[in-house]
Amino acid sequence: MAEVTFLEALRQGLWEEMERDDRVFMLGEDIGAYGGAFKVTDGFQKKFGESRVIDTPIAEAAIVGAAAGAAHMGMRPVAEMQFIDFISCAYDMLTNYVATARYRAGLATPMVVRGPCGGYVRGGPFHSQNPEAAFFHTPGLKIVYPATARDAKGLIKASIRDDDPVIYLEHKWLYRRIKETLPEGEEILTPIGQARLAREGKDLSIISYGATVWKALEAADQLAQSDGVNAEVLDLRTLLPLDDAAIMSSVKKTNKVLIVHEDTRTGGLAGEIAARINEQAFEWLDGPIMRVTAHDVPLPYAPTLEDFVLPQTEDIVKAAKWLVKY
Amino acid sequence: MSPHPLPTTGPATQGPPAELERSQLLEMYRYLRLTRTLEERLVALYRQSKVIGGLFRSLGQEGESVASAYALDRGRHRDILSPLIRNLGSMLVMGAKPIEILRQYMAKAESPTHGRELNVHFNDLEKGYLGQISHLGDMIPVMAGITLTFKMRGEPRVGMVYVGDGATSTGSFHEGLNFAAVQRCPLVVIGEYNHWAYSTPPEKQFAVKDLAEKAKGYGIHAVTVDGNDVLTVYAAAKHAVERARRGKGTHFIEVKTYRRKGHAEHDDQSYQPTDELERWARENDPVDRYVKQLLENGWVEESDLAEIDGAVKDEVDQATDACVNEPLPSGETSLTGVYADPVATPRLWYRES
Repeated sequence: MAEVTFLEALRQGLWEEMERDDRVFMLGEDIGAYGGAFKVTDGFQKKFGESRVIDTPIAEAAIVGAAAGAAHMGMRPVAEMQFIDFISCAYDMLTNYVATARYRAGLATPMVVRGPCGGYVRGGPFHSQNPEAAFFHTPGLKIVYPATARDAKGLIKASIRDDDPVIYLEHKWLYRRIKETLPEGEEILTPIGQARLAREGKDLSIISYGATVWKALEAADQLAQSDGVNAEVLDLRTLLPLDDAAIMSSVKKTNKVLIVHEDTRTGGLAGEIAARINEQAFEWLDGPIMRVTAHDVPLPYAPTLEDFVLPQTEDIVKAAKWLVKY
Repeated sequence: MSPHPLPTTGPATQGPPAELERSQLLEMYRYLRLTRTLEERLVALYRQSKVIGGLFRSLGQEGESVASAYALDRGRHRDILSPLIRNLGSMLVMGAKPIEILRQYMAKAESPTHGRELNVHFNDLEKGYLGQISHLGDMIPVMAGITLTFKMRGEPRVGMVYVGDGATSTGSFHEGLNFAAVQRCPLVVIGEYNHWAYSTPPEKQFAVKDLAEKAKGYGIHAVTVDGNDVLTVYAAAKHAVERARRGKGTHFIEVKTYRRKGHAEHDDQSYQPTDELERWARENDPVDRYVKQLLENGWVEESDLAEIDGAVKDEVDQATDACVNEPLPSGETSLTGVYADPVATPRLWYRES
């Protein structure tokens, strides 16, 4: 039993899959000799060689396109976006080429595009983004977004083994902040498409993913201590496809829903989740479905600005209290 | 003077390239004729409203399509090419069947994509062709990945990918070409300078004279050839393919040619000078030029060609008859195969029976 960070758990997952299956290879910017901007792939090139850990030009469309071509040929590429903000440079390749390949042409494209996402780290507008909503709308892609070290490992392994293209979002605020003891010698695989009940409760459901799962848990502790409110926290883990069953099960238990995400509000995932609850569990609701999200602005750099824009624990507490009283 | 002069043809071909036997010369002729006859049949079907979407002709570009593909190693799990809308000939060379093309255009249930995609947008990786998507330039990075895989596995296979003059303006073209060059992928890029990107002429597309200049900028071995001389294109492609197979990396062949029909059948070509069109048709048709070479050099007899013409017509007739009345796919088949898992997308409640 050893305590590992979120980043180390992710690294272990990648390492194990590279060792297990020689079809798995990696490509990205500065991932080889340098070991990646956050050192996720540190030591990989030394162990697995330059042909399996490829340093590429700064060309996200080429990285994703080449990964797709290799995937068609039976390989299992893992493409790194140095910061996930740059995935927009490969938006065409992912949405038009990769996502449609199986449907339009019967082409298998088992590949993973992964990279550090998220704010709370003073990264400014182009090193803090959460791009899930841009891809959530595209049939043919899967999106996973782990919040725990265990799932960081379990989901990267499951993503690599999945026969469909997966976007794997890893929150850089969690990289070294989250630590967890993982069993050694046990293979950890987190099934894609299954949410995790992070905290059981009865008074309201806080549905979230990524870094804000931890803020929701912090809020739930405060609510319990100061107000005697027992909040349930659901960690979605997979965003596409959403785990409707887990969402509805929690809603039917608590009858009140607060959806929390770090991404901006308009067109964010909370809207889709709210619509599904409305369609599938309207009769069980005892209040409006509420959202705590980022404000609809590009993410600014200064700590005062970033903290104001992004959802904080106290925002969740405030919204939860309002909802409980409703 | 017309802004788009005919290409210089270079030294006259003295004899067929050494490795080409009479049967191969005839086989290339058969693919040229099949391309043209099949497209003419599609025009007839288009006018009968049997073709559902647009119809894209390769008239004038059949030579470079067939000759370049013919330089590849063909057969199951051999070389792979990725054609464009005007490379029907390349797909036929790699083993696509006329009936597949006809079914695709008519959106039949039995078409290779079961009515999901249009025209030549389909693939058979075992036979060696990967259909394009409409986003031009995107197939260059994808083919870079396919050929990177050949290299990683130590397989002596080569890829070929086509790109039009207009598409050399896209980011994907440049990213993909540079990626392939750096990785020394065994990839041969055919740059088709056909003078028209929909209605836009080259001088509004780029400021270089030759597309080959762009490739050279990435350190890629690049040549410019007369794209309407079948044997010249074949020789250039063969040379590049063999070099790529020997580990010499990515190659670029610019073929100067001319798009003699509109972007698609609906397009009246009003922007193309009439005298220019007529001159390319009269003086520089790739099939006419090839036939002339074959006959003047005494490599084949006129009766050989007539026999092929007849057989091709029969083949296209039979393929048309076999599929023209086939049904379209039923609507609910649209819900499968977005993912490997789950296999089907749920039917929305108001579509439940």
